[in-house]
Amino acid sequence: MSDWVASTPAPAPALRPRLNPVPVALFALLALAPVFAALSGAEGYVLSLLTRVMIFGIAALSLDLILGYGALVSFGHAAFLGIGAYAVGILASHGIEDALIQVPVALLASAAFALVTGAISLRTKGVYFIMITLAFGQMLFFLATSLAAYGGDDGLTLPARSTLAGFALLRSDRALYAATLLALLGVYALCTAVVNSRFGRVLRGAKENAVRMEAIGFHPFGYQLVAYALSGMIAGLAGCLLANQAEFVSPAFMTWQRSGELIFMVILGGLASLHGAILGAAAFLLLEEFLPEILHTAAFLASDDVRARLAENWKMVFGPLLILVVLFVRGGIMGLLGQRHHG
Amino acid sequence: MTTTLLLVQALNGLQFGLILFLIAAGLTLVFGVMDFINLAHGVQYMVGAYLVAAFASWTGSFGTALLLALPAALAFGLLLEVLVFRHLYDRDHLDQVLATFGIILFLNQGVKFVWGAAPLNVPVPEVLSGSVEIADGLLYPVYRLAIIAAGLGVAALLYGLVSHTRIGMLVRAGATNAPMVSALGVNIRRLFMVVFGFGAMLAGFAGAMVAPILSVEPGMGDNILILAFVVIVIGGIGSVRGAFLAAILVGLVDTVGRSFAPNLLRLVLDPAAASQSGRALAPMMIYILMAAILFFRPSGLFPVKR
Repeated sequence: MSDWVASTPAPAPALRPRLNPVPVALFALLALAPVFAALSGAEGYVLSLLTRVMIFGIAALSLDLILGYGALVSFGHAAFLGIGAYAVGILASHGIEDALIQVPVALLASAAFALVTGAISLRTKGVYFIMITLAFGQMLFFLATSLAAYGGDDGLTLPARSTLAGFALLRSDRALYAATLLALLGVYALCTAVVNSRFGRVLRGAKENAVRMEAIGFHPFGYQLVAYALSGMIAGLAGCLLANQAEFVSPAFMTWQRSGELIFMVILGGLASLHGAILGAAAFLLLEEFLPEILHTAAFLASDDVRARLAENWKMVFGPLLILVVLFVRGGIMGLLGQRHHG
Repeated sequence: MTTTLLLVQALNGLQFGLILFLIAAGLTLVFGVMDFINLAHGVQYMVGAYLVAAFASWTGSFGTALLLALPAALAFGLLLEVLVFRHLYDRDHLDQVLATFGIILFLNQGVKFVWGAAPLNVPVPEVLSGSVEIADGLLYPVYRLAIIAAGLGVAALLYGLVSHTRIGMLVRAGATNAPMVSALGVNIRRLFMVVFGFGAMLAGFAGAMVAPILSVEPGMGDNILILAFVVIVIGGIGSVRGAFLAAILVGLVDTVGRSFAPNLLRLVLDPAAASQSGRALAPMMIYILMAAILFFRPSGLFPVKR
């Protein structure tokens, strides 16, 4: 049945008729950022912050792939970040420091974990899916805390960043930034291709109405499982980069709160728009970084004591801000930019 | 030796399970009746603990503090309902997860703001301090027995409320088909509010009860929230009976598993490997249990019929 469908493809609707200015501007800005960073006088700080932004952009992208296009609310996605990071950390602690070994191991481990847990999770629907992915994430979190040989609760420090084919290419912050930017571009291109392919359309069809998809001869389960595994692998890649950026690996990478933050990044950016997820990650991390500063400055009329307390308790502003975004900003940043998502 | 240890651990498990039930009962009702995912339920447990700590240091008596904390927890739950939750009933689960995640961030920082980051200690009430001999040479703290008694009492009360009163009937009907109940002339919004406030009070009660045996600190509700979700998912969302049985099951498996997993593994592995993997396995056991149960019964043990 599906062979017959494949042999006579319906003309694809023009999903991207013109070059979207938002991702172009986004990537241009990210490419130019090192120049501004060098001029800013705090190059190391700016570069490491933006590298983190891009790494979480990759993770948020991977989540948007299944959340935005498949309506699969994975509440355990930080587990894949952890798998990627621990693959780097564990291999490095055994003296295997080359990314050409670490990254494939991380991708394979992520894929294996995603295939096993996905096959079980996808049997359930809705709320149960949210909760079972959460349970698997927690399992891995507790496994990591019990790895006494690899630091347990405290995590482990990388001896050095990964090498690439034996060369210490990632030693400088600029090189890591460039590598992360390339990874982000590659992942973005891959995800765009996937969601616009026949595969992506089946995934979106299953999101809209799984019963109808079955009726016209598709089994959504297989498509969803492959999408889940792909998403897990991309998040695993983000984990490898995160370990290199922080030069440190710990169970804190995969707390359930981190999974919640990833979901928030995707929603903040706007569901099912891919570059929205990157924008959401950027907005989230930059807000987290600068909200204390902003509060301190904004309360310029108040006394120093009040300003200090305000900056210290920035989460009391961040939390309600989150609620307000959910209540009033439908469609996230992409919605604000006037770009309706497709699908 | 091992039998007495097993008995102590079983009692600890029962006590932990009943605390979980107090939290899960409200969560499963809110979830079942309103189809609402409330991540902020864990911070309501935390707020209960903080309220009792504050009132206890103010009045000097745990009993009075508990009596003051319960209505305060109820009022706090209703305040949250009015401010945030009622605007989210019509939204999808994703929006609910996020908005209530925002409440967690706010309140975890909020208690730090008001009471400081250092853990608070609540003394065990004088009457319930000390231990009692429950078997030959086996002493068990009275306060933990009191928690077990209180938990069983609340479970019985809830059973009576849900199965034998008019409001309980409406709650059960709401869990099965809320729009139909509304169409029959019941003010469903008010029903939601009552259920929500009651659930918040139960969570606050659980927090108040554990305050003397745990340290009261910011974020104390985060991990127990996840366990409460495990409980309601295993039990079947919306089922109080399922939540009760699942809570006891999770409490026992977690507590007994933590102390006996290394011993059991020693039967098949050498001691060093057994204690290593036992420590790794113990905290994962309830999640493995949950995954296994959902694998065979994708809507929990006691699914509410729709």
